[in-house]
Amino acid sequence: VGSKKQGRPGQTFDRMLGFLKKPVVVTAEINLSLVALTVVGLMSRLWGLSYPRAVVFDEVYYGQFVSLYMKRIFFVDDSGPPLGHMLLALGGYLGGFDGNFLWNRIGAEYSTNVPVCSLRFLPALAGALCIPLAYQILVELRFSHCAALGAALLILLENSLITQSRFMLLESILIFFILLAVLSYLKFYNLQRHRVKYMGLFTYMLLLVIAGLHFWHMLGDQNLSNVSLVCHFLARGLTLLIIPVATYLSFFYVHLTLLYRSGPHDQIMTSAFQASLEGGLARITQGQPLEVAYGSQITLRNVLGKPMQCWLHSHTNTYPIRYENGRGSSHQQQVTCYPFKDVNNWWIVKDPGMQQLVVSNPPRPVRHGHIVQLVHGITTRYLNTHDVAAPLSPHSQEVSCYIDYNISMPAQNLWRVEIVNRESDTDVWKTILSEVRFVHVNTSAVLKLSGASLPEWGYRQLEVVGEKLSKGYHQSMVWNVEEHRYGKSQEQKEREVELHSPTRMDISKNLSFMAKFTELQWKILTLKNEDTEHKYSSSALDWITMDTNIAYWLHPTSGAQIHLLGNVCTWASANVAAVVYTCLSLWYLIRRRRKIYDIPEDAWQLWVSAGQICVGGWVVNYLPFFLMEKTLFLYHYLPALTFQILLIPIVLQHLSDHLCRSLLSKSMFSALTVAWFSSVCFAYRTFSPVTYGEPLSVAELKDLRWKDSWNILIRKQGH
Amino acid sequence: ISALLKSCGRRKATTRRWRPERGPGRLSGGTGKTPPSSGCARRRRRPPPSRSRRYLGCGGAHSGSRPGAPAGLRLPACPALRLPARPAPGLLPRAPAGWRAALGLVTLLSFASRFHRLPEPPHVCWDETHFGKMGSYYINRTFFFDVHPPLGKMLIGLAGYLSGYDGTFPFQKPGDRYEQHNYMGMRGFCAFLGSCLVPFAYLTVLELSKSLPAALLTAFILIFDTGCITLSQYILLDPILMFFLMGAVLSMVKCNSCADRPFSASWWLWLSLTGVNLAGAMGVKFVGLFVVLLVGLNTIYNLWDLLGNLSLSLVMFGKHFLARVLCLILLPLTLYVAMFAVHFAVLNKSGPGDGFFSSAFQSQLIGNNLHNVSIPEHLAYGSVVTMKNLRMAGGYLHSHWHLYPEGVGARQQQVTAYLHKDLNNLWIIKKHDSDTADLLDSSSPVEFVRHGDIIRLEHKETSRNLHSHQHEAPLTRKHFQVTGYGINGTGDSNDFWRIEVVGRRAGKLIKVLRSKIRLTHVATGCILGSSGKTLPKWGWEQVEVTCTPYVKETPNSLWNFEDHINPKLPNISLDVLKPSFVEILLESHMVMIRGNSGLKPKDNEVTSKPWHWPINYQGLRFSGVNETDYRVYLLGNPVVWWLNLFTIGLYLLIAISTAVVLKRGVQLTSEHKGELSRVVLRGGGQVALGWLLHYLPFFMMGRVLYFHHYFPAMLFSSMLTGITWDTLLKFFSQFLSPSTTARRVYGGGILTLILLITYSFYLFHPLSYGMIGPMASDPSSPMAGLRWMDSWEF
Repeated sequence: VGSKKQGRPGQTFDRMLGFLKKPVVVTAEINLSLVALTVVGLMSRLWGLSYPRAVVFDEVYYGQFVSLYMKRIFFVDDSGPPLGHMLLALGGYLGGFDGNFLWNRIGAEYSTNVPVCSLRFLPALAGALCIPLAYQILVELRFSHCAALGAALLILLENSLITQSRFMLLESILIFFILLAVLSYLKFYNLQRHRVKYMGLFTYMLLLVIAGLHFWHMLGDQNLSNVSLVCHFLARGLTLLIIPVATYLSFFYVHLTLLYRSGPHDQIMTSAFQASLEGGLARITQGQPLEVAYGSQITLRNVLGKPMQCWLHSHTNTYPIRYENGRGSSHQQQVTCYPFKDVNNWWIVKDPGMQQLVVSNPPRPVRHGHIVQLVHGITTRYLNTHDVAAPLSPHSQEVSCYIDYNISMPAQNLWRVEIVNRESDTDVWKTILSEVRFVHVNTSAVLKLSGASLPEWGYRQLEVVGEKLSKGYHQSMVWNVEEHRYGKSQEQKEREVELHSPTRMDISKNLSFMAKFTELQWKILTLKNEDTEHKYSSSALDWITMDTNIAYWLHPTSGAQIHLLGNVCTWASANVAAVVYTCLSLWYLIRRRRKIYDIPEDAWQLWVSAGQICVGGWVVNYLPFFLMEKTLFLYHYLPALTFQILLIPIVLQHLSDHLCRSLLSKSMFSALTVAWFSSVCFAYRTFSPVTYGEPLSVAELKDLRWKDSWNILIRKQGH
Repeated sequence: ISALLKSCGRRKATTRRWRPERGPGRLSGGTGKTPPSSGCARRRRRPPPSRSRRYLGCGGAHSGSRPGAPAGLRLPACPALRLPARPAPGLLPRAPAGWRAALGLVTLLSFASRFHRLPEPPHVCWDETHFGKMGSYYINRTFFFDVHPPLGKMLIGLAGYLSGYDGTFPFQKPGDRYEQHNYMGMRGFCAFLGSCLVPFAYLTVLELSKSLPAALLTAFILIFDTGCITLSQYILLDPILMFFLMGAVLSMVKCNSCADRPFSASWWLWLSLTGVNLAGAMGVKFVGLFVVLLVGLNTIYNLWDLLGNLSLSLVMFGKHFLARVLCLILLPLTLYVAMFAVHFAVLNKSGPGDGFFSSAFQSQLIGNNLHNVSIPEHLAYGSVVTMKNLRMAGGYLHSHWHLYPEGVGARQQQVTAYLHKDLNNLWIIKKHDSDTADLLDSSSPVEFVRHGDIIRLEHKETSRNLHSHQHEAPLTRKHFQVTGYGINGTGDSNDFWRIEVVGRRAGKLIKVLRSKIRLTHVATGCILGSSGKTLPKWGWEQVEVTCTPYVKETPNSLWNFEDHINPKLPNISLDVLKPSFVEILLESHMVMIRGNSGLKPKDNEVTSKPWHWPINYQGLRFSGVNETDYRVYLLGNPVVWWLNLFTIGLYLLIAISTAVVLKRGVQLTSEHKGELSRVVLRGGGQVALGWLLHYLPFFMMGRVLYFHHYFPAMLFSSMLTGITWDTLLKFFSQFLSPSTTARRVYGGGILTLILLITYSFYLFHPLSYGMIGPMASDPSSPMAGLRWMDSWEF
């Protein structure tokens, strides 16, 4: 009862206000403010968009992909699914970009054929639209227009968001879609998910959890029939699971359809994938015979493709009799894995029972489980392994091409072909498609790429070994036939000529979309970039207090520079808001548990649902970075920051509605809020030169360095 | 059965009265008897007392020991049942006797299975080479470094010491024969702890489900799991870890059952035992953190429950809160710290782990060259010093006559970081603009090095200067190469370094050992650091030293001076540098954590993946490879493991449907409701949470993982299997009309499962107890038909 009494004056006050505001004015004002916000937002993001006319920071990275899109060349980027790249490319396409620009250095001047403005337009637009979205989200959360206006203004005046939006970068698009998704869910309880980077996934999970919670509450509602519940459940499943998955797939479909030419990242894909691209491998493999037969001439590629793609190789040089560390070898012909196409990569599949090295007519295909010998094409020596320690991996067996030295070391050159991805046990060994393990018959060792590169005597090629204790499946033990033709000449001399001649025959194959998608998706997820160190990389902990910044661009002569640097005031207040929210929530929760209700039930519901979105959004967009092992930058924090900013007006409104009881304290609070907001504006003004890249003198730059850890570039005097 | 099932609610009311007489024996209890006049009892077709003895397992018999269970168990529809009733005196002693007999049986079987053929094989198996060795270190009191906290190894050492092992066996590599050394004490100790898991699991499940068949099923699963047996039979940390882990879970569950009698003796006992076991689990491996999390969540849940109980005053709530802080935070913390104190007190001799720790720490170890020495405190020009990198296991700045090979930067003398003490680690500090000769002159005044000075470092053995230039470093391509340059100390301006102390102002003196030093290359502005990467053969597999252009504060680019020789300066004793215990504790934790995360798998190396584990995809070879060897292979009993895996899915289904049914308010008899929510959601939920907490985090770990990491989770999974099947069979059997059929189906189901497990153990027991002879791929092998998955290697 006590709490109700407290609630009442506030409610009547609201009602009075409502009376004053309800006629025409109110509705008109909302629209106007929204429109005004959008216009101001567009101005702030689009103003002088083509300045600087030079490559700014990560544009150097995304620009390459835009160029590749323009040229329809296939690439793989592990930073995320292709929607973001495609949107950037769309900008380039609309601006008539032909893709001819060398993206090699930050700060390089753009040539005249680059439509800078249209390339940067879409991210800037997305960034600007975040402002009305923030406004709408708060309205949908049933907070006052004043709070919503505050949220929109805070987003508007956030320097880091402005900087990030004004260039050809993905974060603003990501934030836009995240906010749009949240808004759509709030608005219609159904949503379209789009994904730009994988960070979007976390927000998606959050929404799934919230939807799950809503449904759980619905379950408790005894008034709903079972049938309608099932319908609700199915509808949610459809909109939240199937539509996003379908959309996601369609992005990849467009991506793969657009990019049909071979390009720089071919080598990390499997031979089958490469063969499906125009140019590159497809040119070579087009029209090869499909089934490997006895007498086939083949090249064998290791499936792993790490540290680089390579083919099973041998050459006339032998293993040194003694290695540097004193261990002995068999002194037989070296077998390595060689990363370049070479005539020495050719091997002939031979039936151990027959002498002939040509394909009979009709060809006798090799099947899973068959025992074969592999003959090196140029030297006609047999692939062999024996109980001699490998040069660099002493726990494995040495693989060599056998030379008969007439010492008691017999040839052990029988290998059993095991097709790993077989459908039945009688599958035929197929070019490109079959992934094959070679199991040594005498020692059951498996032919494997160890990944180490041999010293000088092995020409730094990669070591190939026989793995004795084969533990399960690993791609380094799996090989596939890449180039293939049926051998015709029995005579060694003719065969050499044949090996040197290019292959050509006539069957072509195409991978289905799903197969391509799965492979590309898998590669994107597993591709590990070298652990690179960067001058401006930071750790996730630095972000909260903004201890770090990123210099995006520096004018070559004047002091003008662009930094990713947030509005100090907003960042601090966002942190305070998060702390206040957490403490207050805990306080309320504990008090409610003791059946003491400080605020009315509907205000509590409002408080909780706002927290679910804002604090939840912050958490899911921030905490995962602590588990990631990639190079992190300040801009990774921006999606989380956006949610944190939305929390500020929520907390402010709650404080003024429920904690300021008297009129005096209420007006005091409003005055404080206004003062605080002007400080936000001041901070925005102060840092806007480095946001927009206005020229500054050395003294001004020095003044801007509020924190010692910020890296503001100051030219040395006299240089 | 169904009758007994239904009689749950009754007894707790009946027992309340005679609680004081019973004392703390948690297993005692009995079936109360309702007056025959009670309408409810009649409706329930309660079996005659004589029969009920046979179904001790059903919730009924036990609930005597937990009077006042959750409110859900009360029968609002049946107020008559709440009336206190006299217990049937004849039943009281029988029920616990049956339970005790079952407990005795499973304990006996457990010990028999773990101690069977314990001495075999009489050679070092798998990780015994590490943990046996570390046990020896404790006996010899030599300092070593390991990524796990010390308790497990201390206990192994203690067991060895008490059983007469003298610590002389070197434990060099798996396969070494023990010969005359007494290793049985250590193995026996581990097997003893491993055997305790079965009774612990039995009691835990009994407490959670109040059902003897559930507990028996769980116990038999664990007794006859080949993996659990193998893992318990060797000198490993895992049996010790799992002992504490299960101990903590059991105490937690017992303590929950005492919730109605807070602050009683047994309540305090179980609460503090929980704390003790938590400390033990954390003290063996950091994986113990997961059980801490489990207990923590449970405690929060309990406290939240208490907070919502308005009849409890806030003062009482405060008492509850403080009791838990005391027993679950302060007590374990004290114990944990105490075991480190013992660890450092026991290991007081220099040993193989010295180099991993800071210079100040090393001065504590007898036999270390920093022990009891006195050196000049402040650095001066002309001093001869060694510099140690501050990164974990960072080496000493080192150089030698060998040059960088062709193609790796400039062909100048190598500069590396070297972990061992060596004459080539010595450097002379010189001014950048004058030579050493006049500094060594005894008449000239001592000049101290100050923060911000520009210096040169001359390598003492080769007289070359520490030098850097804009060639790329051998491994870290974005850094600059560091070389030794010049002849007899004469080089060029690329030999100048600015010496800075972290967190100091200009002009301050530089202290040996205590000052953290940064060396900035004057010409290029880069910072001297060690990347931690191992150089190839040409660099003698020492650690790369580079000059990094990225100005960041990491231990990689910080150094301290360790040795310091300067005859002109007075020596001070290093004892003043003695680190406090807290510092030692923090340092050893930093070293352990970094060591753990440093265990990264290499490319092209086949490693075990977490998704392999529950499906028993691949085992671990403990001993032997060839046909003639005595082979032991760590692999779970596939029947048990696949049953566990299937049950997890089953449980999920049951739990979801139960939750939905309860949420939808489907009409159920109240004791069904109570049973479902208590056993399935609460009991099963706790266990399932335990499984999740001990399994999921491994998916996020970057370090090398092994199959045996799954075993703690497997314990939880087995308990879940017991509870789930018991509930399921009980639930379905009650639909069968005559109660005798129902009982037969229920009992028969449990029995079938147990027999199945026993038979599969008979098939697979050679995995644990050793195989000699042909491999399983050979048809003449006794294991011939049993290689059900290609990935098993036995």
